[in-house]
Amino acid sequence: MHLTREEERIYEGEAGWTRQKAMEILVAIGEINDASMLIPIKTAHLSGASYKTIGDAFEFINSLEGRVAVESTLNPVGMDLEKEKWREMGVLEPFAKKQLAVLAAYKSLGVSAECTCVPYLLGGGDLPKKGEHLAWAESSAVLFANSVLGARTNMEGAPSALAAALIGKTPLYGLHQAENRKPTVRVKVCEREKCELADADYSALGFLIGNLVGDKIPAIELPVSSRPPSRDELKHLSAAVGATGSVGMFHIKGVTPEAEEEELPEEEIKIGKEDLKAVFGGAEDENCEPEGTAIALGCPHCSPAELRRIYGLLKEEGRGRKVRKDFFVFTARAIKESESVRREGLVEKIENFGVKVKVICDTCFVVSPAFEGYDCVLTNSGKMLRYVPLLCGGARARLCRTEECVRGAF
Amino acid sequence: MKLKGRSVAKGVAAGKALVSRQRISFLGAVEPTTGVVVDKTHDLYGKGVASRVLVFPGGKGSTVGSYVIYQLKKHGKSPAAMVILDRSADTIVAVGAIIAEIPAVDSVELKLELELGAGAAEGEGGRGLLRDGEKVVVNADEGYIEF
Repeated sequence: MHLTREEERIYEGEAGWTRQKAMEILVAIGEINDASMLIPIKTAHLSGASYKTIGDAFEFINSLEGRVAVESTLNPVGMDLEKEKWREMGVLEPFAKKQLAVLAAYKSLGVSAECTCVPYLLGGGDLPKKGEHLAWAESSAVLFANSVLGARTNMEGAPSALAAALIGKTPLYGLHQAENRKPTVRVKVCEREKCELADADYSALGFLIGNLVGDKIPAIELPVSSRPPSRDELKHLSAAVGATGSVGMFHIKGVTPEAEEEELPEEEIKIGKEDLKAVFGGAEDENCEPEGTAIALGCPHCSPAELRRIYGLLKEEGRGRKVRKDFFVFTARAIKESESVRREGLVEKIENFGVKVKVICDTCFVVSPAFEGYDCVLTNSGKMLRYVPLLCGGARARLCRTEECVRGAF
Repeated sequence: MKLKGRSVAKGVAAGKALVSRQRISFLGAVEPTTGVVVDKTHDLYGKGVASRVLVFPGGKGSTVGSYVIYQLKKHGKSPAAMVILDRSADTIVAVGAIIAEIPAVDSVELKLELELGAGAAEGEGGRGLLRDGEKVVVNADEGYIEF
């Protein structure tokens, strides 16, 4: 890989140990992937934020000095950062102490303490643009950035995204190059059936697609009978593909900025109505009974529109009753505190449906140790359907439409 | 016997070879505070990687595996060096070796042969045999291993 004189200098340690380590990581990844050079990135998004997932390796982050070279955001941590809230969640003091130390280490490097998996929902008009290079970890955000925004990022790991943030560059390979972004498999959805996809159907669809395509880039052909997917539906599709597959991009005509330009590949996969239905329960061992023992929404973090919808459904399904089961809604602090959400009083209105209803920021069901005592979790998220059985102390999950999740709460 | 390799993470170290023919998912398969392989399906199950020269095909699974390698080092239970066989190192092991400062080389031309449960790696063209437990020097500054 070709390095500029300045990059060479950093590699040799002349800019200090931290930048040397970061450069060594980028060069090693570049060489493994036959990259010819490093390219500048606009932003970085880092994973490895929850103490539950990185453990004592945070000492590595603690040992780093200096500042990130580009605007960098962070994934959810292991608890709501308001003291009253994490205590209420049942997070224990020793965990909280470690978690705050992890966060302090990132903050001292200049990483934004906004802990969320939806960096693309923050910052108003300042979204990544078509063709812009990024170094993002967090698979759901990578898929959204590449497939919906047309920005370019590989599926970074926690250390590689951090290294890219510190240097402000990433090796040129993979999804940064146009020729590697072309679809390699067609996915025909409800080819000869009438399907009207909405809501968690996109979670189910992503769950299946990730499993079926592995690392191939799918060109997803949605049924003609369906209206175009909303941003929130695309978010859930991205999250589910990222959870079960290892590919960082999909194409949908009318959604993906590059989709119009591409020729369709020969290989074909078909997904029908029955396949989608099976993801919603019954077919898989880890699925659990329809009533559930808890409800979790907001994986990835809820948008303002989703908060609004959850409130509407609570009113509709509740008919004056209080929620009986633990009901968690996860969102980003910046969304909770955004002008419109505050003006409408959405968080208070949602939490008014009973003491068991909680709107939680900065964390999520899977990366926090606080949610491990449940038997069966209802969710509208395909990502949770995949990770709850693996990471939540033996809990199981069941995919439901958002309205079914809310109905199950009463 | 001296075989050429490509430097993945700089440094020089020596130790007894611990040979595996399977990739390792560091997150989940290796206990970060003891260095013991706890994955029952792995050919190194029950063995400790601490202070050994780990000779294996590379990593797999979660990228958090890099941080597990770092944790092993912090607990004094990491391999002394790593030799990734036959192919390019994967990013999980490469990044883990870099942040933990464990010397590592890849593209070493060794073929794996396991005999009677004892791991051994044979040099290309039958030029030599690296037995499990044999002392190996890994020089990742200059890019070779010697045993």
